[in-house]
Amino acid sequence: METFDPTELPELLKLYYRRLFPYPQYYRWLNYGGVIKNYFQHREFSFTLKDDIYIRYQSFNNQSDLEKEMQKMNPYKIDIGAVYSHRPNQHNTVKLGAFQAQEKELVFDIDMTDYDDVRRCCSSADICPKCWTLMTMAIRIIDRALKEDFGFKHRLWVYSGRRGVHCWVCDESVRKLSSAVRSGIVEYLSLVKKSINIIKKYFEEYALVNQDILKNKESWDKILALVPEIIHDELQQGFQKSHNSLQRWEHLKKVASRCQNNIKNDKYGPWLEWEIMLQYCFPRLDINVSKGINHLLKSPFSVHPKTGRISVPIDLQKVDQFDPFTVPTISFICRELDAISINEEEKEENEAESDVKHRTRDYKKTSLAPYVKVFEHFLENLDKSRKGELLKKSDLQKDF
Amino acid sequence: MEFSKKKWRMLRLAGDQRNASYPHCLQFYLQPPSENISLIEFENLAIDRVKLLKSVENLGVSYVKGTEQYQSKLESELRKLKFSYRENLEDEYEPRRRDHISHFILRLAYCQSEELRRWFIQQEMDLLRFRFSILPKDKIQDFLKDSQLQFEAISDEEKTLREQEIIASSPNSSGSKVVLESIYKIPFADALDLFRGRKVYLEDGFAYVPLKDIVAIILNEFRAKLSKALALTARSLPAVQSDERLQPLLNHLSHSYTGQDYSTQGNVGKISLDQIDSLSTKSFPPCMRQLHKALRENHHLRHGGRMQYGLFLKGIGLTLEQALQFWKQEFIKGKMDPDKFDKGYSYNIRHSFGKEGKRTDYTPFSCLKIILSNPPSQGDYHGCPFRHSDPELLKQKLQSYKISPGGISQILDLAKGTHYQVACQKYFEMIHNVDDCGFSLNHPNQFFCESQRILNGGKDIKKEPIQPETPQPKPSIQKAKDASSALASLNSSLEMDMEGLEDYFSEDS
Repeated sequence: METFDPTELPELLKLYYRRLFPYPQYYRWLNYGGVIKNYFQHREFSFTLKDDIYIRYQSFNNQSDLEKEMQKMNPYKIDIGAVYSHRPNQHNTVKLGAFQAQEKELVFDIDMTDYDDVRRCCSSADICPKCWTLMTMAIRIIDRALKEDFGFKHRLWVYSGRRGVHCWVCDESVRKLSSAVRSGIVEYLSLVKKSINIIKKYFEEYALVNQDILKNKESWDKILALVPEIIHDELQQGFQKSHNSLQRWEHLKKVASRCQNNIKNDKYGPWLEWEIMLQYCFPRLDINVSKGINHLLKSPFSVHPKTGRISVPIDLQKVDQFDPFTVPTISFICRELDAISINEEEKEENEAESDVKHRTRDYKKTSLAPYVKVFEHFLENLDKSRKGELLKKSDLQKDF
Repeated sequence: MEFSKKKWRMLRLAGDQRNASYPHCLQFYLQPPSENISLIEFENLAIDRVKLLKSVENLGVSYVKGTEQYQSKLESELRKLKFSYRENLEDEYEPRRRDHISHFILRLAYCQSEELRRWFIQQEMDLLRFRFSILPKDKIQDFLKDSQLQFEAISDEEKTLREQEIIASSPNSSGSKVVLESIYKIPFADALDLFRGRKVYLEDGFAYVPLKDIVAIILNEFRAKLSKALALTARSLPAVQSDERLQPLLNHLSHSYTGQDYSTQGNVGKISLDQIDSLSTKSFPPCMRQLHKALRENHHLRHGGRMQYGLFLKGIGLTLEQALQFWKQEFIKGKMDPDKFDKGYSYNIRHSFGKEGKRTDYTPFSCLKIILSNPPSQGDYHGCPFRHSDPELLKQKLQSYKISPGGISQILDLAKGTHYQVACQKYFEMIHNVDDCGFSLNHPNQFFCESQRILNGGKDIKKEPIQPETPQPKPSIQKAKDASSALASLNSSLEMDMEGLEDYFSEDS
């Protein structure tokens, strides 16, 4: 993937919003089948324009209105907020106190910088294949809990474009949840014990090999800090004798389980291992992102102004294979489009296909296509659920 | 809403109908009562329930909730005040009816401020928790259903499937208990406090809650509903308060002392003046002990101190003559001119005995009155030491009274937690060397009576039974608008149309 030049953004965005952004699918999502009147019209969007100009309380009448405005304003960043009681772009006309956020998807933001204290390969904004595993683990852990424990069906995972992932839970009942329940869910997720199996699966390769958490004195001192003092000496001796993290981890496990037999204390044995694994691998959630109903979060399919990467949906079936470095940048797909267009013009000189048709299928010709497909799959499930609910309701009312 | 103009609707209930209206010994108070009662019963029910809730509060501070001591004491309070708490063979209708009506009356009084609401909700929750805890298992499901709570117990097969997870998720539960208990399946959002701390098993959006945890959820539901109801009631309050029959009672219910007022002189003349010094260390509560000491040391007390201590002395049995002699002797030691005493101070003493002016026979101050009104300033010695003294000073005082360090720290903790009367009870227990004072303190003269009882081994001042004072033309405390006297002046044949009040409790008003 070529390096992305941020100075090209204005031109690239123009092309992106004119020919690549998947408006129909996007509108289909946020309209939620049009079941509730004005659901889309009352949704808040915020735009960050060139030179960091930030405008809130944007709202639109329909898909074509959205399209026109986005093309006109050419936003660098797009955020999605809550569905309000009134049209956000008219909020100043509403009586004080009457303009209220009413519904929103339940969202999670997992950011790699939250793990800086346990990442040895990179720091702050950087990521590399070695530490991306943290994200993979986080997605698996949290998704399992959302699906199996809470019964949430419509979960959209999105790459943030730089160093993290977002999750949008879109079930109808979930959009109505109060701030208190949202906080409760984050607290629950911070304590999930079942995730230990998931972590175990990844631990050896991720922590011991890639991250090499027991590589040298400096790194194993950090581990010792998590372990009762009484076994420090024995561990230190073993660590010095071993050659790599894997051996040292085995040594630690042995010492820990031996101690458990001597001293009845659940700080030893498997608990010890888990404690360390959790410290290094467990998802770290920012509660403020999830609990506020009016919180604004980066929109899927928006562009990351620093990396140029598109915030694309992640296919859960293939989460282990997801590689953030292969996510297309805006410059890449624009160039793809240009190349294809030239070819097509040469081939279809005689065809009088309308401009609109070209536009609506343009993304399909680029590397963006598979990601839009993932998104469409997500939308189909939403539709199916909705139809199921409507059917249930009409059965109850005996409408035939 | 002009409820006084509404027609009456007498409900004559008999036999099965009566039982149908109150199918359980506890309830969620979802429906307001709709029968007629007399104003006197209205007032008595209200007073009885305030007593009950105050006991609930007191017991909750003195004992760990749920322990056997707590439960048996609360049960005896309920039985004494004739409110329902447990199913038994006798006619349950009356206690349940009293419970129902009194709750709704108190809503009118306690919806008026944030603080009152909070107190009311807290005690009602504790009461409900207790009643629920003694409900037999087979009655629980019916009660839940009738209370419109959609909590369903899962079948045994479903339980076995998830046994391991449920046991693992519930803290401090042993496996066998879970097997015996019912498990309730409720939407996860209804079990917020349980799932946020991972104290319950979640599956597919449902929480599988064992019986003991369902209580917490039920109480939360109750709190939410009651809180909302109180807010609604508060909105209708102006109309209620405009009713002259109700206004005095409701305004003062939350602040009134509802026990014996120690003005009836069953023990007059039994105390001699030379006993007072020794009595002050043995049987006086700290507030009076410090007033006596200050009087002896300074040969003087300011007005607030004279009122508080003087009325107390009257309550323990001093006659007017004794009182005059007592005060005069002491003031003269302070180089006061005897004539000045006669002219100035003796008039006040006679006044407080009801021998001057309006001739109201003033009653000794209750703890509540001492704690809440007229805080002492520099140079004053009245008030409640647990409330008004600096903690260091209080500690010193207790040390000078030879209380053990352990006892002192307990007392200081209670005082810090604003449980002033319980702190005083603790002091009582320490100086009399008993584990349990055996009473709920709310009056300094009560302290004195109880102390004398213990010290004299029973044969002593006649113990008056604690009853609500029935409204007779009664002398009232200096503070105006005593609830009972206001109501007493009304014709007791006036009927209270409870139905009219229904609207204040419901959504549509």
